[in-house]
Amino acid sequence: MIVADRKPFDEIMGMIESCERILLVGCNECVTVCAAGGAKEVALLASQIRMKRKAEGRPVEVDEKTLERQCDPEYVNPLAETLEGYDAVLSIACGCGVQLIAETCRGLRVLPGLNTRFMGVTEEHGMWAERCQGCGDCVLDRTGGICPVTRCAKSIMNGPCGGSQNGECELRQDTPCAWQLIIDRLKASGELSRYGEIAKPRDWSTSRDGGPRKRIREDMRI
Amino acid sequence: MTAPGNLERVLTSGGFAVTAECGPPRGADPELIRKKGGYLKGFVDAVNVTDNQTAVVRMSSMASCLILKEMGFDPVLQMTVRDRSRIALQSDILGAAALGIRNILCLSGDHQSFGDHPGAKNVYDIDSIQFIDMARAMRDEGRLSSGAEITVRPEIFIGCVENPFADPFDIRALRLAKKIGAGARFVQTQCVFNVEKFTRWMEMVRDLGLHEKAHILAGITPMKSPGMARYMKNSVPGMDVPDHLVERMASVPKEGHREEGVAICLETIERVRAIEGVAGIHIMAIEWEEIVPDIVRRAGLETRP
Ligand code: SF4
Ligand code: SF4
Repeated sequence: MIVADRKPFDEIMGMIESCERILLVGCNECVTVCAAGGAKEVALLASQIRMKRKAEGRPVEVDEKTLERQCDPEYVNPLAETLEGYDAVLSIACGCGVQLIAETCRGLRVLPGLNTRFMGVTEEHGMWAERCQGCGDCVLDRTGGICPVTRCAKSIMNGPCGGSQNGECELRQDTPCAWQLIIDRLKASGELSRYGEIAKPRDWSTSRDGGPRKRIREDMRI
Repeated sequence: MTAPGNLERVLTSGGFAVTAECGPPRGADPELIRKKGGYLKGFVDAVNVTDNQTAVVRMSSMASCLILKEMGFDPVLQMTVRDRSRIALQSDILGAAALGIRNILCLSGDHQSFGDHPGAKNVYDIDSIQFIDMARAMRDEGRLSSGAEITVRPEIFIGCVENPFADPFDIRALRLAKKIGAGARFVQTQCVFNVEKFTRWMEMVRDLGLHEKAHILAGITPMKSPGMARYMKNSVPGMDVPDHLVERMASVPKEGHREEGVAICLETIERVRAIEGVAGIHIMAIEWEEIVPDIVRRAGLETRP
């Protein structure tokens, strides 16, 4: 899932400073699961904004809406028809959702209420961690199911570097060393002999380095 | 082919090599490099110049190497893969070779979060092992990473670093084997304080026959104070300073700290010299380059081959 954090409240207040009427839009997918931008967070943020502006003597009207999926025109297109009279749309979906609203609702200010962080998993209740950077050429078959691109701070393909100690990455801060994890896994599955192979330089053109990416399935297009 | 550089000559002739590290200044003053070089002149076979060590901005390693070369040294150009993509790395290898800088030391580099620009973007396009392989192919096969041909091949002597004290310990010699397999011909290790562990690592290195394929130089760092010992123990990633050494540094009065640090360092040199497969030492006297002659002299190594 995509994991995000809400932006600091003051930053959000600064963005809507000049607005008198805004639409706050959440999303029912990833950001609901990571408790950053679902219907609950929409309601909470809307009332915080109203209270703060009321206390400042400059009330603002905040309407609330949570779309099924903010990254899908099927749900965003209908929204575009209901935007009469708003000064801005404040989206608390991930960056993809914010952008699709901006592309669809031209002529209106669209503001991000979240900082989109990473693609990851829920490690524990209330704890999420990054797992994949969408490099476009997955190597998990060779690395014991642990991603060196994402989980090694240096994206080393022939690790670990000299900073790995006691299972921790040289960055510390409770970050496990991805290569310690990889070697443990290779040992456990009897595949350590693979360690001797030198992994060749990667072709990063499948990653973000190749420019913005697009996927087209001709057979699905109408 | 021109004649090999001094470091390669000393190592291949079987001499016990002494190299030292020179940290470039945080400024554009060439005199500082010359001053540090002045301390080392006549006492070392080659001088390493660090590449923005601990991710702190310093004068470029390439420029500093050239200044040292003009002083008559055989410089070792340290190159990390942290700040340069394969395009820039290859271009710098060609540039270094054109300037007559022969020794290239390939390393990952400390993560930028340790340095003075934690907000910087890192590169890590290739890792240090891929870098060694790329440098070797440029020299031996005359081609770039892309496969494109090089008109004049860089004549370089390729080295790597290895940290015997990092984890997992049991793959540390295997990882060195990968680096040597990729093309490293000399190895400079992380600072050795834990001689017992280093000895065990060297056993694994010999079991794999690596000491016969590459020249291994043990890293030596004199400690200035108990504070420095503690700092290295606790805050420098991958550093292993045993408690008894920290205590020993703390047990002498302040005026004796430096002498005690040098004494520990001399004992370490004596012990690592006795280990089969150790081909030299690499002295990293951090911001204390002026102590190097003293160490070399007292270790009985002042006659350089
Ligand atoms: S190798 Fe690439 S695709 Fe696979 S998990 Fe890592 S970043 Fe994601
Ligand atoms: S310590 Fe491990 S995870 Fe961290 S940068 Fe080094 S190899 Fe990567």
